[in-house]
Amino acid sequence: MTAARPDLVPVPYRVAARTARTPDTADLVLDPVADALPPFAPGQFAMVYAFGVGDIPLSLSAQDGHRLTHTIRAVGAVSRALHGLWPGTTVGVRGPFGIGWEPPAVEGTDLLVVAGGLGLAPLRPLVRAVLAARPRYGRVAVLIGTRTPGDLLCTQDIEDWRAAGARVEVTVDRPDNAWQGDVGVVTDLLDRAEFAPRNAAAFLCGPEVMMRATARELVRRGLAPDRIQLSLERTMHCGTGHCGHCQLGPLLLCRDGPVVSWSHAEPLLLVREL
Amino acid sequence: MTGEAPTAVIGTEGMAELIRVLAARGRTVIGPTVRDGAIVLDELTDGDELPYGRGVELEAGHYRVRPRADGAAFAHSAGPQSWKTYLHPQRERQWNADRGSDGAWVVTEDDTPPPSYAFLGVRPCDLRAIAVQDRVLAGGPHSDNRYRARRERTFLVAVECTEPGATCFCTSMGAGPAVDGGYDLALTEVVDGGGHRFWARAGSDEGASVLAELPHLPADASLATVAHEKVSAAADRMGRTMPEVDLQALMRETLHADRWNDVAARCLTCGNCTMACPTCFCTSAEDVTDLTGDHAERWRRWESCFDLEFSHLPGGPVRASGRSRYRQWATHKLGTWYDQFDSSGCVGCGRCIVWCPVGIDLTEEAHALNAERAAGGPPGEGAA
Repeated sequence: MTAARPDLVPVPYRVAARTARTPDTADLVLDPVADALPPFAPGQFAMVYAFGVGDIPLSLSAQDGHRLTHTIRAVGAVSRALHGLWPGTTVGVRGPFGIGWEPPAVEGTDLLVVAGGLGLAPLRPLVRAVLAARPRYGRVAVLIGTRTPGDLLCTQDIEDWRAAGARVEVTVDRPDNAWQGDVGVVTDLLDRAEFAPRNAAAFLCGPEVMMRATARELVRRGLAPDRIQLSLERTMHCGTGHCGHCQLGPLLLCRDGPVVSWSHAEPLLLVREL
Repeated sequence: MTGEAPTAVIGTEGMAELIRVLAARGRTVIGPTVRDGAIVLDELTDGDELPYGRGVELEAGHYRVRPRADGAAFAHSAGPQSWKTYLHPQRERQWNADRGSDGAWVVTEDDTPPPSYAFLGVRPCDLRAIAVQDRVLAGGPHSDNRYRARRERTFLVAVECTEPGATCFCTSMGAGPAVDGGYDLALTEVVDGGGHRFWARAGSDEGASVLAELPHLPADASLATVAHEKVSAAADRMGRTMPEVDLQALMRETLHADRWNDVAARCLTCGNCTMACPTCFCTSAEDVTDLTGDHAERWRRWESCFDLEFSHLPGGPVRASGRSRYRQWATHKLGTWYDQFDSSGCVGCGRCIVWCPVGIDLTEEAHALNAERAAGGPPGEGAA
């Protein structure tokens, strides 16, 4: 057998725990069976393989030592298979792939983290890393939009992040009877986040339409387009820049993304069906 | 290789001997031969399998093998296949996984030693295409190790072009008709009053040692000059041209052109162009299991950006229209390939023109886009 190539051949991980987050979304906590993959930077992704079914790109929603957590919504054949796995099952993981979030180097910068739906998952490691180094940053706001209160991921995180010094605001599209909070699109929450536009950086993940609207609103409020980062989604079969599926114009998103700056992404996302 | 490249003149017997020498070194010799009304690539065991006395008649959506009076073996241009059939095969198993009764499984990478190929008759455009795929598949941060292994073991015999086809435009793409390094042996075929000869020169140590084993004809000082003249004359006889503009900029600046609607009305989105193209590299992963469900395999197969599934996302395909899929292919080939891999993705071989069932001509589309841009073009699309 040739030398292990974790970029091409999946490394076995065992499902250590599974936690349902919403009716169609669960967290899978994975421990390496033997060898572990190199560490992932926040925003990088893995290709996670369900035995005999296939693999899909998944961002990490947490990493503790060699333990990886993925948040999986059951939408396709592979994600349904992974979503339904119970502790003890073996999956395969390749990675780390791509370019992740780049927190600002300048101390005291205000941070805006804006998530739509499942987009909160890839932002979790960033928020955790930022709050672990809280004094290095200015004001930190986490703005979350979801379809319904039941779709809200990581309710415990929200309490933890508030306690760690972040402003966390949540809005839903469709409230239920118990919902006391905001209703509407996530851009409406920007009024509540305090930030100095010339000394701020923003991190967006969610549906493309939500990221476009948020990025435009942030630019209108004075943020420079290259201080806005977003994580884009395209289909991926390899993760290694060889299959061609994840092209967005000049970008191979598995290699040049998934996190790209709005200054790069805007002209590309303006072209329909690029 | 050190010192001056050895050169020699060989005849048709030398060509047959070349196949035998390469085979004797344990190589699988692949080269052009006539089959099913086309000049295809296949394993060669003898010199008489080469397409002596056959040429091709090419046009958009048209390919015919035609007899030639001069008996030349390499007076044909690109056929339906390219060398990627061997270096980047259409289907390949990447690994197997076997699951035990405890549910744990073990992955085994396929470690069959790659074949040791000798490619005989690589045209300059195709030599460039191999270099382009080298950058894509083995030149990035992640290297396709199986491609690299096959590539490193391949011996390349290039043959310069003296008879360009009606759909050829390698001169526009800077990829021919002369060779410019990257070969083990280079040949130029000359058939004239002096006989049927090949002017040969080595481009590597192994090329030099193979050349030394071949029967040489008497040295002919004028042959190199004649060969150069024939190749330069070929440069002026290309059947097609690309517009003489920065094609990367042309593609970037015409994403909203009306011409894409025009070509989309003709394009069948069949993907033939992507299969015939010597640089198209896209693949899909395929996962299969046996009947027990405990043996799984990962295969990788050629994929086409014309397939609706290619850009699949849970919300639907990114490129749903034929217009966007043709535009993706053409702008990638001529434009964004530079951004991604620092070179053009097109080498001017003309296969996409010949093998398009409705005769769409990439050079004609590029000229039309250039004309539309020069005329002012349509206003840019608004926010999506």
